[in-house]
Amino acid sequence: MAAIEAEGLRRTYKTHTGTVRRRAKEIEAVRGIDFQVAEGELFGLLGPNGAGKTTTIKMLITLLIPTAGTARVLGLDVVKHPTEVRRRIGYVFGGERGVYERLSGYDNLRYFAELYGVPPAEQKPRIEGLLELVGLRGREHERTEGYSRGMKQRLHVARGLLHDPDVIFLDEPTIGLDPVGARDVRATIASLTEAGKTVLLTTHYMFEADALCDRIAVITQGEIVAEGTPDDLKRGVGEGTVVEVEVYGVGDETVERVRAIGGVTAVAVEEREQAQVLVVQTGPGAELTQAIIGCLDGSDVGRIAHREPTLEDAYVALVSE
Amino acid sequence: MKTLRFVRVSWMLQFKMIMRSPFDGVGNVIYPLFFATTAFFVFKAGDSPRTLIYASLGAAVMGMWSSVSTSAGSAMQRERWWGTLELLVAAPRHFSLVLFPSTLGLASVGIYNLVATLLWGKFAFGIPLTIEHPLLFALSVLATVLAFAGLGLLFAVSFVRFRAAWVLGNFFEYPVWLICGFLVPLALLPTWVHPIAWVLAPTWGMNAIRESALGGTPVPDLLLCLGLGAAYVVVAVLVTNRVLDDARARGSLSLT
Repeated sequence: MAAIEAEGLRRTYKTHTGTVRRRAKEIEAVRGIDFQVAEGELFGLLGPNGAGKTTTIKMLITLLIPTAGTARVLGLDVVKHPTEVRRRIGYVFGGERGVYERLSGYDNLRYFAELYGVPPAEQKPRIEGLLELVGLRGREHERTEGYSRGMKQRLHVARGLLHDPDVIFLDEPTIGLDPVGARDVRATIASLTEAGKTVLLTTHYMFEADALCDRIAVITQGEIVAEGTPDDLKRGVGEGTVVEVEVYGVGDETVERVRAIGGVTAVAVEEREQAQVLVVQTGPGAELTQAIIGCLDGSDVGRIAHREPTLEDAYVALVSE
Repeated sequence: MKTLRFVRVSWMLQFKMIMRSPFDGVGNVIYPLFFATTAFFVFKAGDSPRTLIYASLGAAVMGMWSSVSTSAGSAMQRERWWGTLELLVAAPRHFSLVLFPSTLGLASVGIYNLVATLLWGKFAFGIPLTIEHPLLFALSVLATVLAFAGLGLLFAVSFVRFRAAWVLGNFFEYPVWLICGFLVPLALLPTWVHPIAWVLAPTWGMNAIRESALGGTPVPDLLLCLGLGAAYVVVAVLVTNRVLDDARARGSLSLT
């Protein structure tokens, strides 16, 4: 039995436009996705902002009712048996919200231990163990309003593990953290599968997914466009080449001209300090450097480099299609 | 036992949060004194010590009610702002049980309001503070707190479904003062108001507190207050799942 199963999972939202003449509008956030996560697996849901990652997680953790399709966690239907599902899952999301700032870190954990029915005798050792795990020992009696973003994030992780759940959902848990804080959280995530937990992680950091996940599904505009191990996904663009061109002041029209070159499979623009880097993926055997530079007429061009595709390139190619 | 422990620990933590809030804390300290002062000046014109005690007790319960009606809504709104509402819904406990300690904490602050108002009346305006039936008075206050918490729970559940409903909490603050006879006896109000007053527990809580303080028969009022409070809780529990399912279907839990 898979720990997490989604079949034809779909979710639409109704929204309104206009103030006086309000018009109803339907937005398809998730468009019928299918995937399975095996027990003990660390599965990544990778996608850009607005791709449907959080909506998918919220359906799986019973906070949203799917518009269509089914989802099961540990064999339990998330719509028919929400309470049983909630007992066996943990949920951690990124950012600074989700904390009672007027309470100490310890009191926050105590409250959620009660909410999840952790036996009184087990609460203290479990809270102390988790504080040790997430590196908040010694700061637990301070009000969380004085915690840094990273400390709050680590408190979230501790909260999500309090009731020793079998399946843990992590929604962009390292978003906005400094490199050291993010590394600590990633180390904690890695230790979860070692302890036999099933983890579903959403992120848009490629290296994070590459380093942590056993398998990845790439989701964009509510649809899964690729699924496999990080190596499988890299192989998908493995036969092409990536040309990186440092440019200054490149506009949307130029990017579109580059995208139109025959043999170009994907184009992305990365902001790096004062410069931009045009990342152009090309098909196997195509030598397009001159053609690309020809499209940049009028822009200042800096360093040009060629390299092998990474998971990030695979991701960019998938979400650009 | 587990449920009682949960209510106790949650109530304590909620109370801690209320006390640490500069807005709620200062408001709860200052407002009852304003209510009391206004009521004393209005009723002082009547020049009857009994009327002043009547007003003093009314002002005290006004403070208790204000604490629940305005704060229950804003407390839910804060859960949305803090991003904790979804975490509470995602927990396996019945959601009405999760909310109850919160509204009970707010209603408990009302006890302070009551004591502060009575002491303010005694020391600032010389109103005698004599309680004819101290035990029944204490029970009446307790019953009123519990009934207010029940009514607050009903409000809080509706605030989860209707995001703008917290405004209604403020809206209900003043009519209840009037309809439930906090300042003016119910008999002086139009008869069409009476049925509304009868289904509101604050009416009976107010009566029970006055009867026990002034030397009447508070027990029937006390029981009615408790009964209505229990009815609010039952209704809140029954509608909670429906309200939550609706919010989950609409996707409104994460909205602020």
